[in-house]
This record gives sequence, C-alpha cells and structure tokens, in this order.
Amino acid sequence: MIHSLFLINNAGDLFLEKHWKSVISRSVCDYFFEAREKAVEPDNVPPVIRTPHHYLINIYREKIFFVSVIQTEVPPLFVIEFLHRVAETFQDYFGECSETTIKDNVVIVYELLEEMLDNGFPLATESNILKELIRPPTILRSMVNTITGSSNVGETLPTGQLSNIPWRRAGVKYTNNEAYFDVVEEIDAILDKSGTTVFAEIQGVIDACVKLSGMPDLTLSFMNPRLLDDVSFHPCVRYKRWESERVISFIPPDGNFQLMSYHISAQNLVAIPIYVKQNISFFETGSSGRLDIAVGPKQTMGKTVECLVVTVHMPKVVLSANLSATQGTYNYDPVTKILLWDIGKLNPQKLPNLKGSLSLQSGAPKPEENPSLNIDLKIQQLAISGLKVNRLDMYGEKYKPFKGVKYVTKAGKFQQRLSEWLLVHTEV
Amino acid sequence: MLGMSANSVSYNEQGSVESGVDAAQENSSIPASISGGGAAFSLFSADCKKNEDLKEMLESNKESLKLEAMKRIVGLIAKGKNAYELFPAVVKNVASKNIELKKLVYVYLVRYAEEQQDLALLSISTFQRALKDPNQLIRASALRVLSSIRVPIIVPIMMLAIKEAATDLSPYVRKTAAHAIQKLYSLDPDQKEHLIEVIEKLLKDKSTLVAGSVVMAFEEVCPDRIDLIHKNYRKLCNLLVDVEEWGQVVIIHMLTRYARTQFVSPWREDAVFDENSEKTFYDSEGRRVDQSKPYIMDPDHRLLLRNTKPLLQSRNTAVVMAVSQLYWHLAPKHELSIITKSLVRLLRSHREVQYIVLQNIATMSIQRKGMFEPFMKSFYVRSTDATHIKTLKLEILTNLANEANISTILRELQTYVKSQDKAFAAATIQAIGRCATNISEVTDTCLNGLVLLLSNRDETVVAESVVVIKKLLQTQPSQHSDIIKHMAKLFDSITVPMARASILWLMGEYCEHVPKNAPDVLRKMAKTFISEEDIVKLQTVNLAAKLYLSNSKQTKLLTQYILNLGKYDQNYDIRDRTRFIRQLIVPNEKSGALSRYARRILMAPKPAPVLQSAFKDRDRFQLGTLSHTLNSQSNGYLELSDWPAVAPDQSVRIVEVVKEAGAPLLGKSKPGKSAEKFYSDSEEEEEEEGSSSEDSSSSSSEESESESESEENSDDSNKSSSSESDSEKKKKTLKNKKLQQQKPDSKDRYWSHSKALLLFIMTKFFSIHIVLAFSNQFVANCRCSLLCLCVFLACQFDAVSWHVRVSLQASFPVFVPETSHELLHRMTGKGLSAQYRFTRQPCIYGNSMVSLQLTLSNSSDQALENIHISEKSSTGQNIHRFNAIERLEPQASVTVSMGVDFNDSTQAANFQLCTKEDELSVVSIQPAVGELLLPITMTEADFTKEQGKLLGMNESSATITMTPENISSQSVNRKVVSVANLGVIPSRILLSVSL
Repeated sequence: MIHSLFLINNAGDLFLEKHWKSVISRSVCDYFFEAREKAVEPDNVPPVIRTPHHYLINIYREKIFFVSVIQTEVPPLFVIEFLHRVAETFQDYFGECSETTIKDNVVIVYELLEEMLDNGFPLATESNILKELIRPPTILRSMVNTITGSSNVGETLPTGQLSNIPWRRAGVKYTNNEAYFDVVEEIDAILDKSGTTVFAEIQGVIDACVKLSGMPDLTLSFMNPRLLDDVSFHPCVRYKRWESERVISFIPPDGNFQLMSYHISAQNLVAIPIYVKQNISFFETGSSGRLDIAVGPKQTMGKTVECLVVTVHMPKVVLSANLSATQGTYNYDPVTKILLWDIGKLNPQKLPNLKGSLSLQSGAPKPEENPSLNIDLKIQQLAISGLKVNRLDMYGEKYKPFKGVKYVTKAGKFQQRLSEWLLVHTEV
Repeated sequence: MLGMSANSVSYNEQGSVESGVDAAQENSSIPASISGGGAAFSLFSADCKKNEDLKEMLESNKESLKLEAMKRIVGLIAKGKNAYELFPAVVKNVASKNIELKKLVYVYLVRYAEEQQDLALLSISTFQRALKDPNQLIRASALRVLSSIRVPIIVPIMMLAIKEAATDLSPYVRKTAAHAIQKLYSLDPDQKEHLIEVIEKLLKDKSTLVAGSVVMAFEEVCPDRIDLIHKNYRKLCNLLVDVEEWGQVVIIHMLTRYARTQFVSPWREDAVFDENSEKTFYDSEGRRVDQSKPYIMDPDHRLLLRNTKPLLQSRNTAVVMAVSQLYWHLAPKHELSIITKSLVRLLRSHREVQYIVLQNIATMSIQRKGMFEPFMKSFYVRSTDATHIKTLKLEILTNLANEANISTILRELQTYVKSQDKAFAAATIQAIGRCATNISEVTDTCLNGLVLLLSNRDETVVAESVVVIKKLLQTQPSQHSDIIKHMAKLFDSITVPMARASILWLMGEYCEHVPKNAPDVLRKMAKTFISEEDIVKLQTVNLAAKLYLSNSKQTKLLTQYILNLGKYDQNYDIRDRTRFIRQLIVPNEKSGALSRYARRILMAPKPAPVLQSAFKDRDRFQLGTLSHTLNSQSNGYLELSDWPAVAPDQSVRIVEVVKEAGAPLLGKSKPGKSAEKFYSDSEEEEEEEGSSSEDSSSSSSEESESESESEENSDDSNKSSSSESDSEKKKKTLKNKKLQQQKPDSKDRYWSHSKALLLFIMTKFFSIHIVLAFSNQFVANCRCSLLCLCVFLACQFDAVSWHVRVSLQASFPVFVPETSHELLHRMTGKGLSAQYRFTRQPCIYGNSMVSLQLTLSNSSDQALENIHISEKSSTGQNIHRFNAIERLEPQASVTVSMGVDFNDSTQAANFQLCTKEDELSVVSIQPAVGELLLPITMTEADFTKEQGKLLGMNESSATITMTPENISSQSVNRKVVSVANLGVIPSRILLSVSL
C-alpha cells in the first residue's frame, strides 16, 4: 500500500524519508514540487498527484507536507487518514508536530514509523500501544539516556496489541483515579451582510482525559441525547448500546483521547452568540476607503464571550489601514492582506468598535471583489446546543473515581459575507 | 573540485620558488584553506572520517557507544544519505541483547540488505533462531524482518517460515505471516500457488487480528479467487465490527466486489424488502429465488448491509467512506439515504479528506439528487476553502439544482462570482451556465446576469462569461441579437483568446442577425490576424468563410486577404483549414460538386452543446477508489462486476456458519459470548425474540402466556444462558408457513374445529411442547391432504425453575425402534457400507449428545484399513468420533458407537468417512424429532406446573401426506407420531413419548 514517505517543509526541503518496501528515489518528489509551484498557496496543492509510475498522496499539516508514494490502487482516504494519524502521533509524542521537533527526534520518529506500518499496511496506530513500544521523550529521560545510554524502547513488550481491547494497555495503575470530559462545541456559520444566518450548524466533540486503574467499564449518558444528529465514535464505544439506549458505553483508552464527535445540523435552530455590524466601502476616486466594524452580543445565554478576534481578508489593492479601536488591538498585514482585530473579552456595556480609513494602491480601480470577515470566539461553561451530560457510571472496578465535565463553545468556520447581490436580481 | 585544487597547486608551484617541503605543506593544507569546491571536498572528507568513527563505535564493547552510533546512522538514513559501507560493522550487532540497538539494526538491515545481499545472509540464522522463540512478539518481529529483507536467495526460507507462522498459536504471529505473504509475493511471484494455500488457511482464521491482514494479502495475491471467500463470507461479516479500522476498510472493499458477483440486483421495480427475509428463505430452503417472483434479498446480502451499517459511525473517515461506497454499490436505492449524513459529517474533517469525499458526493449527486438535497447548505463555499474544494462544492451545488431550489442556488452563486479567487469565479460562471441550460425557467435570468458580467473589470470573469453566453445563445439565438451586438462592441477590449474565438464564432454563426457588425469585426481581425492566437485565427477563417457566403459583396476582398494570410501561417492546422475553406467557398473548376453545398455545410444548424458535469462518467469506477479520484484506471484496480442475472449457488456459503451453535437453520451466525469477540451484541437477538413471540402468541394461547414471561426474563436469560439459549431463541423464529396461512381465520373458530394433541416432554434442557393441530374442516374444504405437525420446543432458562428440572429424572425409553437407516451404500463407499441406528440410550460422551450406533461392513474383497471420521469435514455439530478401526476384513462388519450433538435441531449432521486409501463422500444423519427428546415421567399436575413455566417454544415442522378418504384422528395421529418417530403411551401419565 504505502510505499514510501517523504516529509517536505514549506520551503521545499525534503528533510526525512522512509521506505517500507524497496527504496524509491527521492526524485519522484519533483512531480510534487511541480504541483506545489503551480498551486501557489500550499492549501491548493491537489492531495492526489499522478506521476508516470507512482501516485503521490499528500497532506499538508503544521507547515509540513507528508508525501506518500503509492504504486497500486488503494482507497485514497485510507492513505490520507493514515498520514493524519502519523501527524497526530508526532504531536502526541513531541508536544507539537514541526520540522524542528521531527529533526530533533529523528530516531524516535523512525522507530515510530517502523512500528506503524508493515510492508505499507498499518500495524499499530493506537497511541496506547505505541507508547508501550516506544516511550515518548521527556527532558528527564533524554538526560538520563545520554548519561547512561539506556533507551526509549520499551523493555517489556506490549500486551495491548494482542488483546481484544487494542486501545488499552494492561496493568494501568493510578493513585488518583480521575476521569474528565470536555464537551467542546464549534459553531460553523455563514452569515450574510445583514447578519442573517445563511447556514449554521454545530460541530461538537467530547475530549476525554481518563486516568483510571485497571479495566474500568464506563457509561456516559446525556440529559438530551436526541439532540445529537449524527455521531462518530472512538473504536472503544459500543455501537449497539448507543443505537438502542442512547448511552455511550466503553472501556476507555488510557490518557487523552477523543471519545466522540457529533453534529447538530442546520435543521435545528442554531444560536448565534454575537452580531457584527460592518461597513467597508471604497470610494470611486482618491484610492481610499472607509471601514467601520462594531461587535455586540446576541444570544450568549448569559455567559461572557472571550477571546474575540475579527479577521478581514482585504482585497489585494488595499495598501494600509489607518484605524482606531475602542477596545483591543488591530494589525494589518500588507503582505497577506489580512486585517486582524483582537478584541478579547466582550463587554456588553461598552461595545467595541473599529473604524478609520483604508488606503489603496494609487491609480488602482475600486476593487470588485468583496472582503469576507471571519470571527473567532470562546464561551466558557456553555455548550451552545444545550447538550448536557447526565451521569457517568463505572463498572468493573471497585474504587471511586473523580469525575468532571467541562463545557466550552468556540467559533468554528464562522464567517460573515460582505457582498451584496449585484449580479442577478432574481425573481424566479 | 579536484581540478581546482590541482590548479592551485600548480599555481603555487609556478609562482613560488620555495622548496619541495613547503610545497608539500601547502598541499596538505589545501582541503582546509580553499573555498568553493574545496569546501565540498572538506565536507566529504569529514563525512568519511565521521563514518570511520562510527565504525569504531560500532566495534567497541560499550553498548552505549554502539547505540549512539546506530542512532546517528539512522539519522543518515532518514536524510537519505548513504551509509551502506558500514554494513559489515552493523550486521554484527544483529544478535544484540539491547532491544533498541537491535531494532535500529533491523531498520538498517531492511534498508540496505538489497544492496549487500551476501553480507545480509550472515544475519539470517539469527532470525531463524528467533522464529522458534517462546515469546510470540519475538517470533513475530523476526518474521517481519526476515520477510522484509529483499534477497531472492532466501525465498525458500521465507516460504517455510510463513507456512510455519500461519499455524502459530498466537494470532499476532499469524497476522505477521499474512503481511509476509505479500512481501514474498512481490519478491518472487512464482510462489503464488503456495502462497494461496497459506491464504486459504489463514482466511479460515477466526481471530479479528488476522482477518484484515489476510484479506489484504488475498487482494494483492489472488483477488480473482473469489471461491476462497464463500466459506468465510459470513464469518467476515460477523467479525467486521471488531476488526481494527484499517482491516475494516480492506474487508469492506473486498466484500463489495464479492457481493456484486454473488447476489442479484436489488435495484428492481417490484422489489420487496423484508428486513426479516431469513424466514422466507429458510422455509423454502432448497428453492432458489426465482426471477419471476418478486425480489427477495438474499439473507447473506442483508447480513452484509446490516453488519456494515454501524461502521458509518466510525471515527476513521476511510471506514465511513468504505461503508458508503458499499451501500452505494449494493444497497437497495431506498436505503441509500442513511449514508448521506455520515458523508456530510466527513466534510468537517481535514482539507484532503474533504477533497476525496466531495469528489465522491459529486459523482453520487449526479445520479441521485435527492440524497443530498436536504444538505445543500453544507456545500456552501467559504472564502477560506482551498480552490479545489470550492470547485467541487460548486459542482455539487450545480448537480443539486432543480426548479424548486434554483433561486436559492443562484443567489448563492452570485456571491461566488465576486470571489477574490478568480479561477473559482470563472468556475462559478460556468456553473451558472449549466443551471441555465438545465432549468429552462431561469435561462433568461441567467443570461441577463451573465451579460451584466461582461462589463466586469476582471478579464477572466468577462472571458468566461463570453464563453458561457456563447453556449447559451446557441439554444435561442434569434431573440438575442442585441446581446451579440453588445459582445461585438466588447470585442476590442477582450484579450483572452478563448473569449475572442467565441465571439468570432458567434458573429459568423449568426451573421444574419448582426449584418452590420459582423463585417466590421472581420475588418478588425484582418488587421490583427498575424498576432492572434491559433484558436482565434481558426475562428477568423471560419467567420470570413461564413460572411463570404452570406454577404460576399461586402466581405469578398477581406476574405481573400485573410485566406492569403492563413495560407502562409506557421501553424499547419491553420494552413490546412485555409486551403480547405478556399476550395469549399471559392468556386473553381477543380472544386467540383462540394462547393455547391458549401453554404449547407458551413451554415448548417448546429445542436446546442450539452453542458454537463465533469463527473458524469466517473461512475464507471468504484467509488472511494484511487481510480475514481483520478478518473482513470490505476494499476491494480479491480473492476466491480455487474450483478449476475441469476444468483450463483447460495449454499456455498452455508458450511462455515454451521459451526455456530444452532445457527444452521437461520443461516446467520451470531457472535457468541466467547472472549474472542469482545463486543458482541445481544440486541439483535432480543429483537428477533420479540418478533417471534408476537407470532406465536397469536397462534396459541398457552404460548402467549409463556412468551410474555420470556420477554420479561430476557434480560436474565441473556446473562445466564449459554450459547444454546441463543440457538433456541433463534429457532423460535422458525414458523410454519401453513400455520401462518391459517392464522387469518378467527382464532376461536379455528380452535373449535380442531383437535389438539398435546404431548409434553421435559428434556434435560428443554421442555418440549408438541402441539398437534389440524382442522378436519380445513382439510375437507381444501381437499388438501397436507397436515402439519408442529412441534414446539420450548426453552426455559430462568434460574428459579432450575432445580425443578434437575429433579425430573429421565425415565427409560418405553420403546426403542429396531430399524436402522442406511448411511453409506457399498457402491458409493467403494466396498464400505454403513448403517446407523438411534440407540435411545443416554449418551456417554456428553449430556447434550444423542447416541448413535454405527454398523460398518466391508463388502469388498480387500481388507479396509484405518476407517475413521475425517477431522476437517465436521460441520458445526459437535460430533464425538468413534476410534479409528484399524482393519476391517472382507465381508466382516463391526459396530461402533458415536455421539452427535444436534443442538436440538433436526438439521442433518454431516461428516466424512475416510479409509486409509481415500476420503469417501460426505454422509449425513438426519434425526427425526423424536430422537432429540428425553423421556421423562411425570404426573399431570407436574405437567401443568411445568407447562406454566414455559418461556418459549421451539418448533419444527414436517409434512405428511394422506388421502382425503381415510382422514380420521387416529390415522392422523398415527402418521404424525411415525413422522416424529414417537410412540403413544396409553397411560394416566399425560406424557407419552417413547424414546
């Protein structure tokens, strides 16, 4: 399946290669570089590239291209999903997945890649198993290792791979047994110029941090499970229990993992926590324009909106911005043409406002295209969908665990369009 | 580099008058002192030196130094630098005790063994030793590395190791063996036949760990050997949920292909979809689904669909996509909608995932708009999307457009035209064009909008609009001459060749609608002809020709001028076209008949182009594949076959399933409560139980009581029951068809005209409740000579009544039939014949077994040796084999006894008799229902008490034939008991079955 893997940074340097079958010359990447050049933006590189003898399937993550070489038919999602899993494993091991950390830990990276694929077919991708095979680096351990020459490779061989619960290792022991769940919801929305919702939905995940001894069997139930439109689960969750009883029943992996993700679709009414009033206009003459943005709370359920950031993608001809903000700081990057206004906490008594003038390239005509406005925010202690965890029960072990649930709402792909409909005044 | 250093040396020599010693000193300092090429030289030498010290480190005695060296070497490999000259030093450490060191050596070995084959052989013995290690993980890793060393000379060793590992006790080692199969196959394809044998063996494996890997090997080595799958089909379906996610993808893709060769198409008009179609299937066992009958889905087909459905909830996007494509290719159309939500969910995932999923949705949305229409808004484009994502979303939106939603879609498309991404804006304009042609109500609105875009400042937008307008105008040119005129005016300002060519074509085609503008445009073109692009030149020639024919007075000279320019053009296409046009339109003696038709040739009405999706023909590829993504067949793509017109023999899949206790009648195996399947589910069983209890409650009042009780207790029984309980419940779903047909009669009337004979027997595990019900009137009315015998085997599992049952002692059988049945005829048995008889004695081999007496006789003239029952041919029922008979003289016979656990079903037990020479045909023993019962003596009061505790029933049915003339209750009774092989005991004791 997966023949080879090349890691390439944003500048086009190939800094790591790994082959699972015979060696394939790195010159195969020339086809990738060609496509990369053509795409201009790294995001626009096509994920699947055909070359005369191979197929290149790549992902772009954390400013690194993971380019895999394929020789025969394979479901492309299979490879893409796997590459993302590799990136996630690096993140899990080294705290971040970047060129520097990969280069610093090249031996561990190599050992990991060796375990994750056998002959191009995934072998061990569960973090619990991998961590037993190869211990993640810590500062203390790497110091000890340099002095004593001991290794990161596990002395004992993992049992998880052999059991029927491959995601959990055996013999887990904690003095404090605790299970924490974070319900994180993101609002994806497209609003039109006037703030009317064109499309909105909620995307939620439940992240878990479970540190429990032994083999606990957990059951998580909701007050209002009917809310959940579409769900996907970690492999540990029993599908049938969900189908019949709407409870999440599972033997958890040890440590951090994503228990489930869910989707609450546009059919249900989605509360939009804030409104944005904006007016961006360009004058026909004089190569200038005006900008006026105000933000205020809409449906916040009595909670405070934090970490509010407004991002505007300006037309290419905008050279600079001379603005004043009543709250927070703004920054206009003339290279990427992005105006970023970091507001912070939204105070309902004193609504933040940003206004001023924009100057355009002299002589350039009034820009045709419309900027769009992206919003980022965070609301603590609120799941905007109203989802509530009812209870968590544990079977199979005798001790009493500490349990906790946290809710947070964020803006996902939250966008306001600034275009009017100029083109077709349709009355169909 | 060397040249440069040599130069500098000679320069020094020439330029200096110093002694040779000095010159030598200069020489030695060269690598360090000179720049440029010298730097590379010094780097190279440093590299050499570094490798030298690596070698020293590897040869030292200190583990830590060795480890350090190996780490640096792995670093070199990772960077793609060469480290192969260290091979001898590295390979020595292959037997190291330090695990990390060993692993790094493995990494090195796998990378360079191909280049250093002779030296690599030194390491082989270490692996061979490790293959025998008691630790399964060491065995597995040895096999992994051994099979990864691509040295052809060790093929036989690998083959041997794989064969051995395939029978290893550890599933993990067997999994590794499955991986090794593919490696060996790619190294030496000649081993195919042997490898297929191993695959066949591993396919039978019941471990979830092995399933994915072996199917992968199957797909790579012998994807055409579909016959290997038959027997494993149901097992794979049932294991699927518990297989690791990557294996799931591979298995699902394979099963999709398999199903398309084995089942008939569910996409039929008159299809009837019965979730519980097993029932029908098993009643008519042996009958094949007939084409003329309404479509009934093969239960195996249903099994696949049902077992893959929960995987739509997987977190792994590849699994979700695999299930979606399976449903797309296999499910009845009306069941398709369940995949929509999951696919839409995937759109929240990474950009690359979105790309693939959108492509597949695009293909689906062409054929089935309805599937995605409710989710239209999920395909709205965000300005932050990557260009290829935007284009795909646009494609889907266009596919989804219909009369009802077109205004919404058009409003959405308008915002996209203003996008900063010009390639995307251009694609949007094309999309508007497609909407306009497909939905005639909006054609005019779209056209007007596009004309407005002609005054856009961006050239790509204008150019694209021109091209699209051109296509639209072809549908109704006469009404739009003003648009054509407008475009003629724009002509000067448009520079994009395609757009210019489009305008020229429009001018020529509709020159009669714009008689004034067209010659003027041609005049302008004559001026700029030489500097135009090729497509523009071609269209200029066309325009000139068309004008010459329609308006030769004004344009004759211009045309000739342009034709002359074209004649000497650099491009031969243009020269050819010019020559052709000249012959066609300018009459001369050579041109002959053709030029008379010039007008009809050039000015022929042309059909409007059909604007259709780029994904139109992608459905020829299986969804979710690489070939689909690239829209061209990739290496190793396996075609999805068309549905067969008639389903191939469906019984080929049956055998394996018999292994599951009690399941044969249902054709559906249930995961047991064994440790193998960690997360098996009991819900399905409960579901079935529910449905069966409904049925039976309407057929007899006694049962309805017990059934409702069983429902209440189902929870307990699920926990406490052994696998037999499952089997019993399943059997209950067996319904006699004829009984059901009678049901519509009102119950009271039915019962009033019928006589019921109740035979009630307790067995050690089951109460058997025989209801013999028939209606004289029914028989007479129908002139039908069929009566049915229904035997309900009721099961009882609650712990409360356990002691009661234990206290019931089995009594001795009142009558033992002496008749024996033929098992094997001497002709088929090549001299060996066999007869069997039910002894009706408690079986010594096991409580649940029925004891059998087998008489084997040799009617040939040679002695037969080693007569035994083959190990491998056993089919699910637990059989206690007789000890092999070493020698049977001619004409001699011998009697042996054996035990068979029929699982309380009348399903035949199949097994194979073997002699030393050959394996004889499979024989089968089918017990009459009476053979399965245990005789118990009890009082009437006890009977009533026990009857009240019944939780459920088992039913088995048989048909008896009677002539209508001699129907009497006695004769019916007689027939019934003889079919069931029971006897009636005249006694106060109600129960009267002889065993």
